[in-house]
Amino acid sequence: MTFNGWLQIVVYVALLLLLVRPLGGFMHRLYVGERVWLTPLLGPVERGMLRLAGIDGREQQHWSAYAAAMLLFNLGGFVLLYGILRTQAWLPLNPQHLPNLAPALAFNTAISFVTNTNWQAYGGESTMSDLAQMGGLAVQNFLSAATGIALAFALIRGFACRGTTTVGNFWVDLTRVTLYVLLPICLLYALLLIALGVPQNFSDYTPVTTLEGARQLIAQGPVASQEAIKMLGTNGGGFFNANSAHPFENPSALSNLLQMLSIFAIGAALTDVFGRAVGNRRQGHAILGAMLLLFVVGAGLTYWAESAAPSALTHVTALQASGNLEGKETRFGIAASSLYAVITTAASCGAVDAMHDSFTALGGAVPLLNIMLGEVIVGGVGAGFYGMMLYALIAIFMAGLMVGRTPEYLGKKIETREIKLAMLAVLVAPLMILGFTALACVVPAGLAGRLNDGAHGFSEMLYAYSSAAGNNGSAFAGLSADSTFYDVTLAIAMLVGRFAIIVPMLAIAGALAAKRAVPPSAGTLPSDGGLFVALLIAVVLVFGGLTFLPSLVLGPVAEHTAMLTGGQP
Amino acid sequence: MKTTSTTQPHFPWRETASAALRKLDPRQLIRNPVIFATALVATAATALFARDVMSGTAQLLFSAQIIAWLWFTVLFANVAEALAEGRGKAQAAALRSTRQQTRARRLARSGGEAYAWVPATELRSGDVVQVEAGELVPGDGEVIDGVATVDESAITGESAPVVRESGGDRSAVTGGTRVLSDAIKVRITAPAGAGFLDRMIALVEGAARQKTPNEMALTVLLAGMTLIFVLACASIPSFAIYAGGKVSMIVLIALFVTLIPTTIGALLSAIGIAGMNRLVRFNVLATSGRAVEAAGDVDTLLLDKTGTITLGNRQAVAFLPAPGVDERELAEAAQLASLADETPEGRSIVVLAKTRHGLRPRDVAALRARFLPFSAQTRMSGVDIDGHELRKGAVDAVRDYLRTLADGRVLPEAVVAGADGVAKAGGTPLVVARDGRALGVVHLKDVIKGGIRERFAELRRMGIRTVMITGDNPLTAAAIAAEAGVDDFLAQARPEDKLALIRAEQADGKLVAMCGDGTNDAPALAQADVGVAMQTGTQAAREAGNMVDLDSDPTKLIEIVAIGKQLLITRGALTTFSVANDVAKYFAILPAMFVTVYPSLAVLNIMHLHSPQSAILSATVFNALIILLLVPLALRGVKYRPAPAATLLARNLAVYGVGGLVAPFVGIKLIDLALCAIGLV
Repeated sequence: MTFNGWLQIVVYVALLLLLVRPLGGFMHRLYVGERVWLTPLLGPVERGMLRLAGIDGREQQHWSAYAAAMLLFNLGGFVLLYGILRTQAWLPLNPQHLPNLAPALAFNTAISFVTNTNWQAYGGESTMSDLAQMGGLAVQNFLSAATGIALAFALIRGFACRGTTTVGNFWVDLTRVTLYVLLPICLLYALLLIALGVPQNFSDYTPVTTLEGARQLIAQGPVASQEAIKMLGTNGGGFFNANSAHPFENPSALSNLLQMLSIFAIGAALTDVFGRAVGNRRQGHAILGAMLLLFVVGAGLTYWAESAAPSALTHVTALQASGNLEGKETRFGIAASSLYAVITTAASCGAVDAMHDSFTALGGAVPLLNIMLGEVIVGGVGAGFYGMMLYALIAIFMAGLMVGRTPEYLGKKIETREIKLAMLAVLVAPLMILGFTALACVVPAGLAGRLNDGAHGFSEMLYAYSSAAGNNGSAFAGLSADSTFYDVTLAIAMLVGRFAIIVPMLAIAGALAAKRAVPPSAGTLPSDGGLFVALLIAVVLVFGGLTFLPSLVLGPVAEHTAMLTGGQP
Repeated sequence: MKTTSTTQPHFPWRETASAALRKLDPRQLIRNPVIFATALVATAATALFARDVMSGTAQLLFSAQIIAWLWFTVLFANVAEALAEGRGKAQAAALRSTRQQTRARRLARSGGEAYAWVPATELRSGDVVQVEAGELVPGDGEVIDGVATVDESAITGESAPVVRESGGDRSAVTGGTRVLSDAIKVRITAPAGAGFLDRMIALVEGAARQKTPNEMALTVLLAGMTLIFVLACASIPSFAIYAGGKVSMIVLIALFVTLIPTTIGALLSAIGIAGMNRLVRFNVLATSGRAVEAAGDVDTLLLDKTGTITLGNRQAVAFLPAPGVDERELAEAAQLASLADETPEGRSIVVLAKTRHGLRPRDVAALRARFLPFSAQTRMSGVDIDGHELRKGAVDAVRDYLRTLADGRVLPEAVVAGADGVAKAGGTPLVVARDGRALGVVHLKDVIKGGIRERFAELRRMGIRTVMITGDNPLTAAAIAAEAGVDDFLAQARPEDKLALIRAEQADGKLVAMCGDGTNDAPALAQADVGVAMQTGTQAAREAGNMVDLDSDPTKLIEIVAIGKQLLITRGALTTFSVANDVAKYFAILPAMFVTVYPSLAVLNIMHLHSPQSAILSATVFNALIILLLVPLALRGVKYRPAPAATLLARNLAVYGVGGLVAPFVGIKLIDLALCAIGLV
């Protein structure tokens, strides 16, 4: 560990906090439908698009209508993407003449991008045409992110509105978020990346002879445009197989920092939108505070684990005195790689700039736990926010009684209906992660995909299903996931992991919006202070941790303790 | 707060044990998902054990112990509930003993005095019965004729008899109470078996108990957590197979039962019943657990000034003579005008005249005076004596009186100013006039109850707003409100104003509590979230409220709120404790479970438990015993001191959250040591 390493973590958090206020304010104006400085330019576009689609922007939707619109829209996105992937060979913009995708892989990939997971059971440069990348995958990167933010908006309305039956209009939220937030930022961001050296072209493979005399095909394409939304939308699906470890995706330390910031930017700002919407920004700060505390501890732990060179393994060359460098880019080093790994798994991004499979047991356990906790540490755009609110509801419900009132959050009583829905949503992750991992443990098709045996092999499978169910999309590497078994089971995990949480959350939004709010008094539990932050963190760790502890014990913990005691994992 | 010890002189061992066994009925168990799940897996484990006995597998002693403790877990939950119910049953039995076979004189429908003796059980609503001295009132009803003193000690425990009379706010009689003198005609309002006493018995017995909304929500949460642990445990065999090991079914079941929130699951209904019983011990009956829960949530307390904030009577504290009038002259006139006035106010004037000016009360009869009692028309009282006309009354009343005199006099400015001064200070001015001349003002002061100011401050810290309801004018009301320290007041309040105020508060999302006794309070009592009717009140008021205070003490509203809060805190504290316990149980069981597969996991055995078997057994034993240990807490309720929510939360989180994390580490270690010492593992 070095001072520089710790400084990187501190600088990162400081820069992130600087972004929260302006971005939060801007998005809050969009949330309430106020004019922003882009309105003169984009207002006509927005109105035109809505009119073209025959949508009355003033119409407010019941949560079920909102959910139906969201599901319908995502189904459409899936069909379109699946179609493109299955027919890319016959479509334009295919300079490398890549073939169509097999049905299982196309299904898996389409689900993956529609659900904002971006699990990639393929290598981008050797599988996807430029059209599939730009018109298929990148489009879903935008739309799945916009869907997530729209859902966060709907949930915020649930907390902020009183006595209404509606939670907003999905089509309007979707259009606004895409037009005013995602597209403008990505435009600038992509240009910046191009300036830093990320390619943006439609070139075929470039054959070169390397210094060693070997022949190599260098793949390029419209990388920058895709890179921007991949990070900002916490999608994480790389243009190249190596993802953000590839120099064309992530050429320098500066681009690395930019990427890390853009992963958290919107998620962090959403907490501020929430605070503003409920009329007390401290409410948002409390949520963000809980997230960042968990984040800093996780990042510190990973950095510490990766920096320490375990005595038992010093004979391995990659484990130098400076720490565990296996699977890491020397361009970024241990601190930035550890930070990136924690960020990408805390948010449901899944972009990677190092191989998580090569992390030490403990260093790899933090990303795994981050995903298992539901990616509530800032989280995926929208998804992280509503995941954290799920925990907030449970925390308030369990501990809120201890102030001598029936539980209420932001003045709204939490009753049987909300708890029922919350538990429904909470059950999804363990069902998908533990259920499918247990299945993979005993069927030959599941075991066949592993690179390693023993506890590490178990971690690989556990990580894969966690990543899918959590819509993260990062891989522990190691696992060969392009088999029918993994394609299908992971696709199911992604699908259920996304929508089986979203729909109950929307129902909660609807139930909350209909409630009246009790004005706060000295007798109500304050949800904007340090105590609430501590409580929320405790519930996230205890609730999330207890669910997955047996599996963690058999994976990373067994590995780590074996390493400590010098035994074989 | 009054609490009684949980250890009773005659602990009902047999009753509790048999009740606990009866509660093993699956139809009862299913109401509690966590305990039901425990019973299910215990049954499965027992079946497996039977099979193992047949096949003669090893580890039978270990399995048998685990299974025994699983069943103990279920039984302990039943014991907790039976104990809570048992306390209510004792109270109910005392009530029921008054419920002897009563006969009633049922008057003929045609009217007249003709009656027939019928058993009380045959009475129906609308029947009219005659009850005479020495007889029990056969059922709940309304006095429609006559006045009687009634001994209501069977219900209230208060031995002093009360007066019940037709009309007005004292017309309700309760079945099972005894008429001491005179005779009354009562129209029965509740059929036999549905009377007040019957409902009370049913309530304290917990027979009519339904889950409250918050209890239901909590049950859903606990059921959800149980499902999560089903997933967590069900996936383990497959993981173990992968790792090349095997997990025995009995160990898996032990892990499952220790992880699911059995502690709070077992105690949840006991907490609810105990909360109701605490109210009963306070002589307050709630018609539902929902009302107790609502009491904890109250945001606004409407309190009647008289009897709650001030002592029922006002006292004279000063004579303020008009210019040119000697104070002694005023005192004497006031004294004479009050001699026949038996109200506390009147008596206090006589006392003040004596203490201030040494004026002895004179013999009323010897004065040959003609006393005029207070009447609603004149709103004055007074006396005609020796040709003088002495009057005392409110400012308006005296002003009207002077105006009606032949020469149409007016009140002197100075007297009006003096009266205003008294009113501004929170007092009630009484103007005294002699022969059409205002002599001055008597300052009657409301006496604020001792300690009430501190209690309101306490309520404010709890986040509860107090509103004083009074018929006084706004000036007086403001002064008293300031002195008593209430947050707000409603002056010159009529019953409909109360109702409007409650609706306005509720429109803001607040929960309102109030108490009342009169028929005209009934709508407001019904509208309030917590409506406490006084036992002395009318039948209408008692029907409208969701609680009845048997002592008819309006101050109790404050205790009721505290009991409601205590109930909720107990529920939250034990939930938090239960969930926090799981961490230690994992540390006990997980290494024990997998250490054969991954020996390095032994480092997780931070409690240094003796062996895998002892670890698993200790966790199971702890899980069962903790229920028994917490029963007293569940029945008594956790300690509650009024404080802001943040303080309460911090303290309770420290005690029950952190305590819940730490306690099982210690407990499991101790049990492990004990088990090894005895040689059970």
